[in-house]
Amino acid sequence: MVAGAAAVYALRLADDCLVLSHRLAQWSSRAPTLEDDVALTNIALDLLGQARGLYARTAELDGTGRSEDDYAFMRGEREFINCLLVEQENGDFAATIVRQLLCSTFQLAQWQALTTSTDGPVSAVAAKAAKETSYHRDHATDWTLRLGDGTDESHRRMESALAAMWPFTAELFESDAVAREAGALGVGPDPATLRPEWEGYIRRVLGDATLVMPESTWTPSGGREGLHTECFGYMLAEMQHLHRSFPGVTW
Amino acid sequence: MTAVEEIRSIAGAIPDPEMPALTIADLGILRDVRVDASGHVDVDITPTYSGCPALDTIREDVERCVRDQGFTDVTVRIVLSPAWTTEWMSEAGRVKLRAYGIAPPRQHGFDLTPLTIAVQCPRCDSTRTHELTHFGSTQCQAVRQCDACGETFPHFKEH
Repeated sequence: MVAGAAAVYALRLADDCLVLSHRLAQWSSRAPTLEDDVALTNIALDLLGQARGLYARTAELDGTGRSEDDYAFMRGEREFINCLLVEQENGDFAATIVRQLLCSTFQLAQWQALTTSTDGPVSAVAAKAAKETSYHRDHATDWTLRLGDGTDESHRRMESALAAMWPFTAELFESDAVAREAGALGVGPDPATLRPEWEGYIRRVLGDATLVMPESTWTPSGGREGLHTECFGYMLAEMQHLHRSFPGVTW
Repeated sequence: MTAVEEIRSIAGAIPDPEMPALTIADLGILRDVRVDASGHVDVDITPTYSGCPALDTIREDVERCVRDQGFTDVTVRIVLSPAWTTEWMSEAGRVKLRAYGIAPPRQHGFDLTPLTIAVQCPRCDSTRTHELTHFGSTQCQAVRQCDACGETFPHFKEH
């Protein structure tokens, strides 16, 4: 028995959504085309909404009654338990698309499994999120095909983005006491069980995009314990500075 | 008219902040109204998309309108389950949407992947249209172009 496993599990889901949302929001006004500026920020907005629902639920489960803003703006780097993949820098458009493909494929499988969660509020968030995330995966898939099987330059960039992002995918499927407990309670899937579906889809899309699925060698992890990559602190500083400089500020 | 009916008609008539031609009843955002013995009013609303930025405004609008009508003890709750789908949109809503220049969502348990039913251009009625981008000016809209008249138009996408 892990005390508060359901709360930690929900917080992991929420942090993944919020951090990825913020990364995508950084594309606002900078994407290669207007359509993709709108697409990436729309996806960011979906993720933000998903995060809000999950933070609200976490506050009930961990008994702290914290607000959504407390979770987003008042925690330090070590208190965020998102996976490392979502925090990786945007890089060029190819890097963002590869990260989106890897993340949205994982999240879609996870939401689908979570629709039958024994935790009512989590399953309600999942039922909405599954529909939204299927659009996110379509978007990433379309671009992966176009860029991978595109020009020499776009292919080269996709290859290097894939090499840079791939090592961080191992952590998505790591199992630990919290994940096993959540699985046993029926709160949500042990991430390890999502790997076959994820790998099948990614393998097919990469193949169609004339890209080669990398071999796993270096497999960094630690995000679920609050140990992050260097870029995350800078992202948090940017995300939190307004709220911390002007406590209680509202829009 | 009972209190529930009265509140339902007041709250339901509130325009959507992003598509003011439609009311929240047209969109299926207003889900339930309850009044208990002590006169306390509960209103349930549901978001179209998880992150819909209009929802906070809608909540405030509902609260204010119901109060102004004399029901001072009111709580507006946001409910996620069962998840909203475009099937919740009323027939009147679809007609208004089209008149407003937005192609309404296609109906009848259609599948999200293969797009089999044509989307009609709201300007010239042609069914020869194609999607330009799946993500439009709001979360619930895509952008399409008509092959007959050349106009681009928003499409309230099926969800």
